[in-house]
Amino acid sequence: MTRERLRRTLGRGALSLLAVVVAAVWAFPVYWMVNSSLMSNARLRSGTPSFWPVNPSLSNYQAVVSGSSFASALRMSIVITLVTVVAVLAFAFLAALAISRFRFRGRVSFVLTVLFVQMLPAEGLFIAQYKMLSGAQLLNSVLGISVLYTAAIVPFTIWMLRGFVAGVPIELEEAAMVDGLSRTQAFLRITFPLLAPGLVASGVYAFLQAWNEFTIALVVLPAESAKTLPLWLRSFLSASANRGVDWGEVMAASALIAVPVIIFFLFVQGRMTSGLVSGAVKG
Amino acid sequence: MASTEVAAPEAATTTTAPRRRTRRPRVPYLLLLPAVAVLLIGLGYPVYWQVANSFREFGLAQQFGQPAPWVGLDNYVRIFTSDALWAVVARSLVFCLVNALLTVILGVLLALLMKAVPTWARLTLQVAMLLAWAMPMVAAVTVWKWLFDWRTGVVNWLLEAGGLPEFHEHHWLAEPLSFFAVATIVIVWMSVPFVALSVYAGLTQVPDEVREAARIDGANSWQQFWHITVPLIRPVLAIVLLLQIIWDLRVFAQIRLLQDGGAPVGETNLLGNFIFELGVGRQDFAGAAAVSIFVLALTALLAWPYVRVLVKELDS
Repeated sequence: MTRERLRRTLGRGALSLLAVVVAAVWAFPVYWMVNSSLMSNARLRSGTPSFWPVNPSLSNYQAVVSGSSFASALRMSIVITLVTVVAVLAFAFLAALAISRFRFRGRVSFVLTVLFVQMLPAEGLFIAQYKMLSGAQLLNSVLGISVLYTAAIVPFTIWMLRGFVAGVPIELEEAAMVDGLSRTQAFLRITFPLLAPGLVASGVYAFLQAWNEFTIALVVLPAESAKTLPLWLRSFLSASANRGVDWGEVMAASALIAVPVIIFFLFVQGRMTSGLVSGAVKG
Repeated sequence: MASTEVAAPEAATTTTAPRRRTRRPRVPYLLLLPAVAVLLIGLGYPVYWQVANSFREFGLAQQFGQPAPWVGLDNYVRIFTSDALWAVVARSLVFCLVNALLTVILGVLLALLMKAVPTWARLTLQVAMLLAWAMPMVAAVTVWKWLFDWRTGVVNWLLEAGGLPEFHEHHWLAEPLSFFAVATIVIVWMSVPFVALSVYAGLTQVPDEVREAARIDGANSWQQFWHITVPLIRPVLAIVLLLQIIWDLRVFAQIRLLQDGGAPVGETNLLGNFIFELGVGRQDFAGAAAVSIFVLALTALLAWPYVRVLVKELDS
């Protein structure tokens, strides 16, 4: 009996050790990004890597932020993301209300279509989207890419919000109406506050999608002045490569993009996993 | 009106459906209007344009305003009889399947590991997974390029320190095979967290009593896993595998970014890159449209079962 228990304790210990090693391997690239961003280029090129920052400084970050193109890329990313998030939330919220609070003809077909189009890859559409925007003189414009982003993000957001709206029992609204509120008042005072977490989660999801997007931006924002942050990071690396890459600065640039995203991501991830596979988990 | 007739029996059976909803059937359509409009502009029109122009001649001349004559299936014949396309298709399919399978197998193993270890070890692993998952794609590829840098990258240094001197200043991205090995590592690293966390969520729904009962009946751990756990998480497994195949089929950006280091473009292009080069690079929009239709059709075929499973959940 005791030998059996000893064996099990040892087995659990070995598995815990394995889990920690795997965690270290998986987190290593993120750690390496931050670690390298804090060291000088001379240190990074010295041949033997340092596994913790030696003479750490923020000078790489200063160099990146004061570079000419960073401010314009940051502005572009912020404006496009804001427009997209607002449009996605408004449109998806109305559509989610329609499909979860009403029964109407075409409802199931609409949901089917929405779920289906969200699977269509940008890689199979970007040529036509490029031609469409260039025909409308909207290449390099905030409006053009925001429309494409909204169309790409709205389907999954509708699906996400539908779950939240359906989670607020209609009886609550009806009780308020019995107490003398109008339909709109009941909705605004009772249902809407209960939907706030859903709207926040969907908003963060839309933010992440628009902020990180690379492929569509590469195609429809060819001008240097219209670059978003992901495109800017790519040019930053290419420009640095011409002079023998300054990896310290490149890692500082990567970290500047990644850190806000990682923080936002931690808010929303639970929702995203359950949204994607919830149908299956319930079986 | 037809809609009130349809709604009436529903209101009779389900007492919660209030009657005033069904009297105003216009409201839901108005609510859907903005979403439908943006989908039609952003996705509907491009799909239509692509279908239409895959049957026309649309190249440089048409860029400068020449009319685009109808050519029937010529574009499809031209593209699909070229060896270049089939090489890319074969490469994309192999790459997609290898990546999807590796991702799902590793993800399941890590999910089982999370289930087996004490809470502190599980949380450590989950935080590491979330960090990798949260990395923006462009930043992630950039970091991996630094790790695999030929001169001062830490991977070459580790391999050399581990007794493999041939990796001194080894160019990983210069050869197609090692290029795809790096691409696979990057993509598997980014994708495993989603699979591991989803499957772990599925595993926590398997009641311990069931496995306990099997153990008492004399099933060993392998039998418990294969006959109890796997059937219970099969729906999650099917979904994540399907999603992974669909996502790995559309890999474009990671390849594009890795190619920046001077990799052999012709031998490392996948389907998305092929379309990009054909359309944006060589201005052969009709040919690019034909290949795009092929990619869309392939995705549609794969996505259909997933969509059907999700729709079942609509009114549950």
